[in-house]
Amino acid sequence: RKQKDNDTASLSTPSSPDALPAAAASPRAPPARASRRVASPGPATARAAPMGRGGARDGAAAAPPWHSLPDEVLEHAFSFLPAAADRGAAAAVCHGWLGAERRSRRRLAVANCYAAAPRDAVDRFPSVRAAEVKGKPHFADFGLVPPAWGAEAAPWVAAAADGWPLLEELSFKRMVVTDECLEMIASSFRNFQVLRLVSCEGFSTAGLAAITEGCRNLRELDLQENYIEDCSSHWLSYFPESFTSLETLNFSCLEGEVNFAVLERLVSRCRNLKTLKLNNAIPLDKVASLLRKAPQLVELGTGKFSAEYHSDLFAKLEAAFAGCKSLRRLSGAWDAVPDYLPAFYCVCEGLTSLNLSYATVRGPELIKFISRCKNLQQLWVMDLIEDHGLAVVAGSCSKLQELRVFPSDPFGAGQVLLTERGLVDVSASCPMLESVLYFCGQMTNEALITIAKNRPNFTCFRLCILEPRTPDYVTRESLDAGFSAIVESCKGLRRLSVSGLLTDLVFKSIGANGNCLEMLSIAFAGNSDLGLHYILSGCKTLKKLEIRDCPFGNKPLLANAAKLETMRSLWMSSCSLTLGACRQLAEKMPRLTVEIMNDPGRTCPVESLPDDSPVETLYVYRTIAGPRSDTPDYVQIV
Amino acid sequence: MAAAMSYVHADVENLKATELRLGLPGVEESDKMPSPPSTPRAGTKRALAGEHREVEPKAAPPAAKAQVVGWPPVRSYRKSCFQQASSKTKEAAPAPVVVKQEEAAVAAAPPAAAAAGGSLYVKVSMDGAPYLRKIDLKMYKGYRELREALEAMFLGFSGDAGSVNPSDFAVTYEDKDGDLMLVGDVPFGMFMSTCKRMRIMKGSEARGLGSSKE
Repeated sequence: RKQKDNDTASLSTPSSPDALPAAAASPRAPPARASRRVASPGPATARAAPMGRGGARDGAAAAPPWHSLPDEVLEHAFSFLPAAADRGAAAAVCHGWLGAERRSRRRLAVANCYAAAPRDAVDRFPSVRAAEVKGKPHFADFGLVPPAWGAEAAPWVAAAADGWPLLEELSFKRMVVTDECLEMIASSFRNFQVLRLVSCEGFSTAGLAAITEGCRNLRELDLQENYIEDCSSHWLSYFPESFTSLETLNFSCLEGEVNFAVLERLVSRCRNLKTLKLNNAIPLDKVASLLRKAPQLVELGTGKFSAEYHSDLFAKLEAAFAGCKSLRRLSGAWDAVPDYLPAFYCVCEGLTSLNLSYATVRGPELIKFISRCKNLQQLWVMDLIEDHGLAVVAGSCSKLQELRVFPSDPFGAGQVLLTERGLVDVSASCPMLESVLYFCGQMTNEALITIAKNRPNFTCFRLCILEPRTPDYVTRESLDAGFSAIVESCKGLRRLSVSGLLTDLVFKSIGANGNCLEMLSIAFAGNSDLGLHYILSGCKTLKKLEIRDCPFGNKPLLANAAKLETMRSLWMSSCSLTLGACRQLAEKMPRLTVEIMNDPGRTCPVESLPDDSPVETLYVYRTIAGPRSDTPDYVQIV
Repeated sequence: MAAAMSYVHADVENLKATELRLGLPGVEESDKMPSPPSTPRAGTKRALAGEHREVEPKAAPPAAKAQVVGWPPVRSYRKSCFQQASSKTKEAAPAPVVVKQEEAAVAAAPPAAAAAGGSLYVKVSMDGAPYLRKIDLKMYKGYRELREALEAMFLGFSGDAGSVNPSDFAVTYEDKDGDLMLVGDVPFGMFMSTCKRMRIMKGSEARGLGSSKE
């Protein structure tokens, strides 16, 4: 190590212009170059030192020591590591690699926008071309996070505008994106190509107009399930007539009208358009004419697919779809009169993804349609498909990998005949099934055990029994045995959501067997602190834990405080936590942010409350940025 | 449940006497109320069994169970499908206005979530608020509940609750003709059927329009 100190003096000298050609010409870089590349000594360089010295003595015949590789070579090598985890591992090898990796990283995913400050992220990774930032906790999707919580995209956009002028892709999920953000994006990045907004809010079609007008190289505009204020229908018109680079256009979540003539011209001239997802404002016959203009589409979302049956419209649709030889993914909010479904038959064979989760169509025509989709890999449906429909799916779609069944009427009187049977059938007959999201009204341990035996290859298993704390409807026991079978059998399980009547025992099983588990969602389950303790002391790879309405208290939280720093975040609402424990946790773990949520409107400062005050919602996450400064009244950082 | 139902009826009868009126003084409201939805309280989201003729009365009891916030865990985007799905079976899908002329600048938009009598979501904007909200008009029995719900929703944006002066606000709505109307002039039922979106106006535009409370 001491020897290396001499070398660090030359750190600041920039690489001489002939360094790269020399390296390229002869990979056996002369040992003399080694001194320039070494940063402050790290453990690996110390280990590599003997190699370096040996190389120096042996001369050019030896392979170059790894620590002497020029940055450009390292960066090129790292470009073959697209996965962020691999790049992170490479960066941890030594300071040389750390520098090369961070300077060359092109894609950055920030899973929690408060885990790091935007400026720090931009400074650390100056060459990023594609960034993804996620904001609010997952349970915000279900209304558990009041408005104005935070997760504003503006600081990220501002930092990116400053530090990443070559940014090409930006993706925000569960964040507040304003029109100003969109305007800044449009004016700051001259080669901006991809904008993806998922479950965001705070912007309007005026912001979209800024994007369509300003981003001359836009390839993808992907708006998924956002709340967009409708200012005018003209945002589409701002695409210049010369603009032809669009490959993806998804405005399915937009509620207002769009200028159809403009849309049609846009679709006509963008010959690379692969994905087109329309909103509810586009009626069926317009869909047909769009398809005729864009037969090269790979993905189509039809919007509201409802119309009275007219045979000429049917013929039009059938002809239009017949021309779409490349169509692989289909979605839409189909209130379809089932008589139209046969118009799609010609594309069924080619479909790999079918999203009917907003479609209220039901009955034999639906089932017949799905049964023709022999190559389906991904199926999202409503429970209107019912057990017998899923039995048909099981028999027809042998390549199915992902199944999601959503509830059509969760508060209804159980008129939908979807039970555990459907899931058992699919698990038995679809050997590649690995991801399931299933809402149903009843379940048995036997069914779950069968499913677990059928499908040890599950990576994602999310079961939601609609009524909280529902037991096995046959034996009236808890569903501990069933879910235990799942975690014991599915060794590669990464995501799990449990429901129904569950005791602490199931968590013992999960803690012991969930060795790949990264995300766990628990609601209305468990008896005591033990349940939480099992989870936090087990589940070695757990990243996200979200819990609601469980009798888990302070002790397991404090006993496993260190675990929380190995996780991305923990959400606990309506449990048995008190303020004192949260204070202790915050004190013990300075690199965690401990956030408490009260009812909005009740802005009692947390400092004045006693230790035994109950905590309604706790949200804890690790961060290197310190406590955030944009909390609303009802959020207090302990 | 019987107690809850009787509460609803009693309240409906007294509604006129106790109702907060947003219209200008002297304007008389007709007494015609829509048949009260079977929700025991405003703000509860559930299928309105009273509207659906084919649904058995036993759809009413689950209302009590359905009041857990955020359960089942489905995105609010999906919730608007629920009522549509449950009421779809007997009713034909609403036929949208199919625009024949290709020159038509704007395609007609069928009402998004207002189909088939399940719910009536309209957007509510408030001047100065960073984003809008949506409310289901069918959740409210009258103007007073609607006003209370709006106040609860938008309190955060007007600063300290105590300093909110009702006459600084006017709740307006855009009707079918596209005109901006003051909320409260017409019977609640008529308002529900003509309201396309709502806007809470603040400041000088609103002063003098909002009537004094009680």
